[in-house]
Amino acid sequence: MNILCASRAAIGLAAVLLLSGCGKGPWNNPHPPNPEGELVYQSMMSPAPPKHLDPAISYASDENLILSQIYESPMGYHFLKRPYELIPLGVGEDPEVTFLDAEGNEVSEDDESLAYTRYTLKVRKDAHFQPHPAFATNEQGEPLYLFESASEGAGYTQIPDFPETGHRAVKASDYAYGIKRLADPDLGSPMLSFMSQYIVGMRELTEELTGVERDGWLNLDDYTMEGLEVVDDHTLNISIHGRYPQFVYWLAMRFFSPIPPEADRFYKNPGFIDRNLTLDWWPVGSGPFMMVRNDPNSEIVLARNPHFREDYFPSEGEPGDLEAGNLADAGKRLPLVDRIVFRLEKEVLPLWTKFLQGYYDRSGENHGNTNRMFDQAFVVGPDGVEMSPEIASHGIKMDPDVKPAIYYYGFNMRDPVVGGYTEEKRKLRRALQIAFNVEEYLAIFYNGNGITAQNIIPPGIPGHLEGEAGINPYTHRWIDGEPVRRSIDEAKQLLAEAGYPNGRDARTGEPLKLFIDVQSQAIGNTQMNWMDRVFGQIGVQIEYRPADWNRTREKLLTGNTQIYSYGWIADYPDPENFLFLLYGPDGPLNCKCDGSNNSNFESEEYDELFRQVRITPPGPEREAMVARMVEIYRREAVWLYAFYPKDIYLSNPWVSNTKRHGISKATLKYINIDDELRQRKRAEWNQPVTWPLYAGALLVAAMILPGVTAYRRRQNATARRSDNN
Amino acid sequence: MLAYIIRRLIYAIPILIGVNLLTFTLFFVVNSPDDMAVSQLGDKYVTPEAIQKWKVKNGYDKPLFINDEAEGLGAVTETIFFNKSVRLFAFDFGRSESGRDITTDVSTRMWPSLAVALPTFAVGIWVNICVALMVVMFHGTRLDRWAVFVFVALMSISYLFYIIGGQYLVAKTWKLVPVSGFHSEGQIWRFLILPVLVGVVAGIGSGARWYRTLFLEEANQDYVRTARAKGASEISILFRHILPNALIPILTGVVVLIPALFMGSLLIESFFGIPGLGSYMLDAIKSQDFAIVRTMVFIGSILYIIGLILTDISYTWADPRVRLN
Repeated sequence: MNILCASRAAIGLAAVLLLSGCGKGPWNNPHPPNPEGELVYQSMMSPAPPKHLDPAISYASDENLILSQIYESPMGYHFLKRPYELIPLGVGEDPEVTFLDAEGNEVSEDDESLAYTRYTLKVRKDAHFQPHPAFATNEQGEPLYLFESASEGAGYTQIPDFPETGHRAVKASDYAYGIKRLADPDLGSPMLSFMSQYIVGMRELTEELTGVERDGWLNLDDYTMEGLEVVDDHTLNISIHGRYPQFVYWLAMRFFSPIPPEADRFYKNPGFIDRNLTLDWWPVGSGPFMMVRNDPNSEIVLARNPHFREDYFPSEGEPGDLEAGNLADAGKRLPLVDRIVFRLEKEVLPLWTKFLQGYYDRSGENHGNTNRMFDQAFVVGPDGVEMSPEIASHGIKMDPDVKPAIYYYGFNMRDPVVGGYTEEKRKLRRALQIAFNVEEYLAIFYNGNGITAQNIIPPGIPGHLEGEAGINPYTHRWIDGEPVRRSIDEAKQLLAEAGYPNGRDARTGEPLKLFIDVQSQAIGNTQMNWMDRVFGQIGVQIEYRPADWNRTREKLLTGNTQIYSYGWIADYPDPENFLFLLYGPDGPLNCKCDGSNNSNFESEEYDELFRQVRITPPGPEREAMVARMVEIYRREAVWLYAFYPKDIYLSNPWVSNTKRHGISKATLKYINIDDELRQRKRAEWNQPVTWPLYAGALLVAAMILPGVTAYRRRQNATARRSDNN
Repeated sequence: MLAYIIRRLIYAIPILIGVNLLTFTLFFVVNSPDDMAVSQLGDKYVTPEAIQKWKVKNGYDKPLFINDEAEGLGAVTETIFFNKSVRLFAFDFGRSESGRDITTDVSTRMWPSLAVALPTFAVGIWVNICVALMVVMFHGTRLDRWAVFVFVALMSISYLFYIIGGQYLVAKTWKLVPVSGFHSEGQIWRFLILPVLVGVVAGIGSGARWYRTLFLEEANQDYVRTARAKGASEISILFRHILPNALIPILTGVVVLIPALFMGSLLIESFFGIPGLGSYMLDAIKSQDFAIVRTMVFIGSILYIIGLILTDISYTWADPRVRLN
């Protein structure tokens, strides 16, 4: 019978595997059939689902990817143009900027009595919210889904469960409501502290709301914020303290999305929160897509918002876009696909396999995922990195992306060894900078996917210069049209002049030993060995203190670090968003907070220039100030090394309009799919190989047969073998 | 028996308190409430005020164990430990740090976990017992020695290897099933074939070897010799005599696992994209979501205790001589 067990198992397994092919199409298709006639973009959320989808709370790039398709903030970015260009999105035209004195009188931009800046937003008249049960009304015009008790609405567990929906036009008051939500202490918006410095009345509203007793929905329209004025249905004035030209960039972030009060009230129905029916999980927006399924454990599905305003693919881009085919869909109505499915993929290996099988249209959304699968994706050819034969045979397209970000190891300028502002200390830091061969480091550990940072400001942001004018003269020379790192001999010379000849303290004879605090997961033994070697060339010893992020953060807060690792990704494409990384008052030891200037760098000149840059509009004057600040950063050698991360995104041949945008995530409305090609390629690439099934069955049979034979022999054997036989 | 079960359930209370205390202590040794706040609020523009507000909103603004500022019983009750623990014992799991209702999530994610764990468990036991009985039948032969060698080899291979190897061969190279995924719109079984296959194959080494040892102990007993002397067939000896007598140690190892099947498998669920409780726990650990971690540990402890009680009860079924007093 045990033999029967095994044979049944084999037959069962083979049957199940064969049955798996009974459906239409390839056996390994992980997706359910698409809705009839709909063009579906197959994407992923990786490695984790979003935690928050409330635009007042969410501040993670993976969440932004989903929110950016659902909400339309007042401003946005041109899809194709570079440098990044702000364009009106939820508003019909650029905000009108007015400068006011303390009494509210209009003054000129450079007037000393300037106290406020007022931004007037003209809300689009054609903008509509998506269909949603929050807008559904009965014949008397009253909300259809307002319940007295949890039991009344107990039958609804998801938004699609509600049979009736409604929609309405976006009004200026919806934007005002969204901004007031930022001030609501109950929501705990990450923007509250920062924005309270600027938006007039936000701090006061927070204080007022702190003491309010809540029982269900709190209508924020009943409260006023001094800096918000709803002039009419399509005009909103936002007043901020003083001047802050970068405020217009903040208007391009999801925090400033319009929120309909009806939705806020709807989600405060009794018992809804217990079924995760909240604005944090079911957004209500006016963007090109709306959420129709939210299972963060498995998938999030967005469908075309039928009431999305008229929006068209741009007809102009940057030079080269036409030749690259990026304008092929110019003038077409957006969005170009009907549905977006984000499937949860926690591990890169299955994600990558599905991409190569054609079940994902692109290799990633927030990460190209090509770095971890580099050896499968690329080969190093005579002309540098090329796609591997498998990738190339699939007709896959590459989209390189230099992120508006900077990763770096910084010196703690308060440290007695590497910190300080004397010439000796500068020379010590420069010697270390030269020794750390960033080009080699990126080639070995990042597969060349990074660019040595000569500047604190990354490419694509004003203030970043290319070519000879853009190199850091303290660490590099311009030779034969390219930057060349200064020699180790120069580093040794600088080290000696700093008081450490051959890496030893000239006074004590002790070897120079430095400590690097780094997050455990961000460094491996091979990287440590490499750093030991490069610093060993100048006689400097390194000790690593790996720790998790929480412990590293604690060290930064207390200044208990010598060299630390950190990174910054831009919120908006302005040099101010990088230069603030060295602003003195933002040093953790100065502000006693999670300041951005983890080096605790202090320079009166730099700080004053920063204050000026922050309030000066773009122009030659500002450019000169930025250049001067960059020079201070280079001269003082504040960071050990820095690089701009690069990523390569791969797209299957049927996907178009995949140009990466470093700042905006609201780009999926431009994605286009050739579905006929996709179906054909999927079928071609996924022909099942059936011989292993037969081979497996044969193998099991081969294992069973000797067993059966031996069993029968044993059953028929006599108790004792006869000597005569 | 009822009195026995009630007594065991009462004993479970101090065990659960102890487990809860241990989880709480271990979690807060490596994570402070401030760390949790930063993790939830993001790394940018997080001010001390924002951290404080998050702590107040989520109930982490009190001392961990002892509140020196409170008077009387408040010194114990006005603490994070007390507030977070009391609700657990009332089976009010509350919300995760990201605001989702944990009870809803657990009840939703339990089913995918069971969909993978139950067939893996059932098929695994069946295959292991079949293989072990076959090997026992050939005890002392070359086949037996080779089988033990293969079992040890299978045991020595990392579970991860089975997963990645299975995905590479069956899903990527042979394209027979989806490499990962899980959705409820029909044909769920297509997504279960590979994880179940991997789970069963990965368990054969240790499972079959263990059952072989149990069966061999019985195979040398007098009653087996007697049965053989009476002319009983080998199949009859194995299934009618050896298997029932080896049931007690089998039940000890197996029944306790049945309730824990709800908890899913961390690795299998993560690699195969199964939205179950195993991956729920893993995500919570990664995102420092203490509310989910403590709930899952609490549920896990309860299920384990239930498993132990069920094991005891199953003894009375397997061996009528056993009495639960």
